[in-house]
Amino acid sequence: MRRLASPFGIGAAATVVLAGVLALGGANEYFFFAGYVVLQFVVLATAWNILGGYAGYVNFGTAAFFGIGAYTSVLLFKSLGAPLLVQMAAAAVVTGLLGFGTGLLTLRLRGIFYSIATVAVIFIAETLMINWRYVGGATGLQLLRPAPMLPFETYTRMLFFIMAVVAVLAVAIARYIEISWIGRGLRALRDTEEAAECSGVPTLRLKLLACTISGALMGVAGAPLPMYLSFLEPASSFSLNYSVVALAGAIIGGTAHWLGPVLGAILLASMQQIVTVTISSEMNVLVVGVMLVVFVVAAPDGILGLIRKLRRPRAAAGKP
Amino acid sequence: MALKLTVENVDAGYRAVRALHGVSLDIVQGETVALLGTNGNGKSTLMKCIMGMVRPTGGAVTLELDGQRHDLTRLSTEEIVNLGVSMVPEGRRLFPKLTVEENLLLGAFRALARGEITKNLAYSYEMFPALKERRRQLAGSMSGGQQQMLAIARALMSAPKLLLVDEPSVGLAPILVSHTITAIKELKQRYGLTVLMAEQNFHQAVRIADRGYIIVHGEIVFDGRSVAALEQNDLVKSYYLGT
Repeated sequence: MRRLASPFGIGAAATVVLAGVLALGGANEYFFFAGYVVLQFVVLATAWNILGGYAGYVNFGTAAFFGIGAYTSVLLFKSLGAPLLVQMAAAAVVTGLLGFGTGLLTLRLRGIFYSIATVAVIFIAETLMINWRYVGGATGLQLLRPAPMLPFETYTRMLFFIMAVVAVLAVAIARYIEISWIGRGLRALRDTEEAAECSGVPTLRLKLLACTISGALMGVAGAPLPMYLSFLEPASSFSLNYSVVALAGAIIGGTAHWLGPVLGAILLASMQQIVTVTISSEMNVLVVGVMLVVFVVAAPDGILGLIRKLRRPRAAAGKP
Repeated sequence: MALKLTVENVDAGYRAVRALHGVSLDIVQGETVALLGTNGNGKSTLMKCIMGMVRPTGGAVTLELDGQRHDLTRLSTEEIVNLGVSMVPEGRRLFPKLTVEENLLLGAFRALARGEITKNLAYSYEMFPALKERRRQLAGSMSGGQQQMLAIARALMSAPKLLLVDEPSVGLAPILVSHTITAIKELKQRYGLTVLMAEQNFHQAVRIADRGYIIVHGEIVFDGRSVAALEQNDLVKSYYLGT
């Protein structure tokens, strides 16, 4: 119980309560429509960071896990009429297994070769779905939303609240990994895999664990997508945009700390939403690119690194 | 004898390249054995075979421990570390972006060592006071000699019974080589370690070794049962010292 009363526990609880109050309050419906997307990217960036940030394995396959999560929901909804929470749990299991499987096949590759292999996973998954008529094939599938669960007025508000809970859970998991021996092992193998092995770090097992957890969280983020859109089709569900924004969010925020991907994803996804509404929906891709370049050049350690640098410029300079 | 490592007739290599040809050696508890040879003769490969990081294509690597025999060729590296074998890899291989203390904590990753982490950390700092002063510093920002000390201290964090040291002198100034070798000797005396040390620096290695092997082109060409035998052997002079 003492753990729950820590500042992090209080912050997490406050976030959930705030999301609940907002969802039940009178804000404009569009706020929830956009807020859901921002929270979804918080989950994706946080999930990406578990493998990409802590272990240093740059995964471009986020879209594959996200899309498979969405398609798991569609399959369960169409065949069994399963409720949303069941869809999300199933998506976690399926994409967790997918993470484990792809990890087993690809984690022996390092650096750029690993990244390229993960891109392939997207195309494999997308091609499979295009050719599977039952889940809509290439043309996609229309879905009728059931009535929202009480006490929420609309389905979008409910999804907003659910995604807020998922985001808090994802961050809590990432934070646990970061501060526990798992995170220490992952950081070690990011630095020098050989030395990590010499020290008795079970490198392959830890990488597989990270891959599985990261994949499962990405799948959960994708699971409510069909209900959010009332429609699902392969090209947009497996869009590289998900991979890029997840990665960019983590890098822009800072990969060393759990707070980094949260800040980065909120900043990036909010900017995208604002640009989509005020300028054009094509411009939002440009925003990601420009921000990524600016951060890589000006603040390679992300927002968190920048804050740290500004807070103690002298201490850093005075170090021997 | 509570501890005995036996390497029998080991062949190993990297795909088409064969690095070891029928290598045999043994080490018993309390010994310091030097594995001598210049670059590219298979010293590191042999070390990696013992650690389970390179799988031999033939032969046997067995560790006898308190009456139990363990076939190291069938165990994973982390299981071997768990048995109490620890290696200081060549070129130190620290975690440069982690702090000195984090590097040390990672040395105690195995389950048995995690319980004694505070005790072992205190020992490490006692042995290498410079590390204590720098414990918040990033490992990569230290000098070569300090990094070597850290690499040794990290290997000791798992409270090993058998310590493998791969070329402690690489990239160090002569005075630091001497310091490092002395540190290994002190550690050995203090903790009753058994040490296998791969080294090119003949004179430094024989300073602390009980005996040694000479490896040339992946074969053991000389098994010196004492340091005197190594120093006086003509073969050694011709193969190794070039005189």
